[in-house]
Amino acid sequence: MTIDWATLAAIAVVAAAAALTVVLLVALALVGWSARSAGPDGGRTSGTHTAVGAVAAVLCVLAAGLVVSYGLYLIIA
Amino acid sequence: MDVSLIIVAVVVTALVFDFTNGFHDTANAMATSIATGAFRPKTAVAVAACLNLTGAFLSVQVAKTISGGLVDETLINPVVIFAGLIGAIMWNLITWYLGLPSSSSHALFGGLIGATWVAGGIGAIDFNAVLNKIVLPAVLSPVVAALIAMTVTYLAFRVTARAEAGTVSRGFQLGQRVSASMVALAHGTNDAQKTMGVITLTLITGGMLAPGSPPPSWVVLAAGSAIALGTYMGGWRIIRTLGRRLSDIHPVQGFSAETTSAAVILASTHMGLPLSTTQVCTGSILGAGAGRRLAGVHWGMAGRIALSWSFTLPSAAVVGAAASWLAATGAGGVIVVGVTGVAVASGIYAASRRNAVTAANVNDLPRPESYDLAADVAA
Repeated sequence: MTIDWATLAAIAVVAAAAALTVVLLVALALVGWSARSAGPDGGRTSGTHTAVGAVAAVLCVLAAGLVVSYGLYLIIA
Repeated sequence: MDVSLIIVAVVVTALVFDFTNGFHDTANAMATSIATGAFRPKTAVAVAACLNLTGAFLSVQVAKTISGGLVDETLINPVVIFAGLIGAIMWNLITWYLGLPSSSSHALFGGLIGATWVAGGIGAIDFNAVLNKIVLPAVLSPVVAALIAMTVTYLAFRVTARAEAGTVSRGFQLGQRVSASMVALAHGTNDAQKTMGVITLTLITGGMLAPGSPPPSWVVLAAGSAIALGTYMGGWRIIRTLGRRLSDIHPVQGFSAETTSAAVILASTHMGLPLSTTQVCTGSILGAGAGRRLAGVHWGMAGRIALSWSFTLPSAAVVGAAASWLAATGAGGVIVVGVTGVAVASGIYAASRRNAVTAANVNDLPRPESYDLAADVAA
C-alpha cells in the first residue's frame, strides 16, 4: 500500500495557511472598522483612531480579496 | 439488448443522479449561510444553483475515468454504469430522507464497484485504490478540515473579542456570502463534470462519439441544468442538519467553516488529490462549532453522520451489484431495475412529505431532549 502522505500534508498546510490568512484578515478588518463606532465601553473614539482603523480595514479587505481572487483563478483555470 | 435503449437509460439515469447530487450537496455551500441569516433560504439556493450552472461551463476538464481507477475500466459498459448510477441514486435519496450529508462521489464509486464486481468478479476491483482514494481520505479529510476550522474560529473569536459585536456580525455575514459562493462555484466545477464524463464515456462506448471526443454541447447544458435544478430544489433536510443540528453556528463560525472548506477543496483539487466536498464541509462546520465551545457541538449527530459515511460505499455497492445482475439479463431486466428505482424513489419522497422540511422551517431549532410529544399532542 502506498499512501501519498507528502501530498496530504501539503494540502493540510496550504489549506490551513490560506484559511487562517483570509479569516484573520477579515477579522482584523472588522476590528479596524469597529473603531468608527463607539468602543465596547460605549465611549467615543478619536478622529485619528477612526481614520487609522478605516484605512487598516480597507487594506485588510484588499489583501483578503487578493487571496480570494487567486482561489477564483484556481477554480476557473 | 438494443444498445440505444441502454444508452438512453444511462443518460436519463445520469441526469437523475446529477439532480440528486445537486440537492444533496446544496447544504455544503449554503447550510451555515442560511443558519446565520447571511442569505435567506430561497436566495441561498438560487445563488448556489446559478453558481453550479456557471461552474459546469467554466471547466472543460472532463473526467477521463469515471471510476477513478477503482475498478478495471475495460469491464465497464453501459449496463454497469446504469447499475452503478442506480446504486448511487438510492443511497443519495436514503441519506437525504434521513437528513445525513454523505458523499455523492463515494456513492457513485460504490455503485460502480458493486456493478463491476458482478460483471467481472472480485479481481476487477482494485482494493488498494479503494483504500487510498476512498477510505483514507474519508477518514483524514474531515479531521483535517475540522482541526483547521477549529483553530481559525478560535483565533477569529479572540481577535474580534473587543470589537463592536454588531459590526463583527454584519461583517462576517457579508464575508459568508463570498465564501459560500466560492464553495458553490467549486462544487459546480467538480460535480457537473463528473456526470458529463459519465454520459460522454457512455456515448463513446456505444459508438455514438469518437474516442477522445469532448462532451457535446447538449451534454454540458443538460448536466449543468440538472445539477443546478437539483441545487435550486434545496436539500432542506440536509441543510437543517448541517446548519442547525450539528452545532450552534454564528456568523464568525459560518465564515470560518466556509473559508476552510473552500481552502481545503481548492488545495486538494489543485494538488491532484480531490477530496469529498461533503466530508470537507461537514468537518469544517464541526470544527467551527468546536472552535467556540466544545460542548456546543452535537456529538450524537456527528456520530450518526460518521456512521452513514462508513456505510456509503458498501450500501451503494450492494444496490449496484443487484441492479447489475438484473440489468445484465436483458432489456426486461433494465426496465425492471428502472421501474423499481422509480418506485423506491417515489416511496421515499412520499415518506418525506409526512415530515416536510422546507425553506419556511429549515431554521427551526431541534426539539429539546426533554420534549414530550404525548403531552404536546394532548395539549
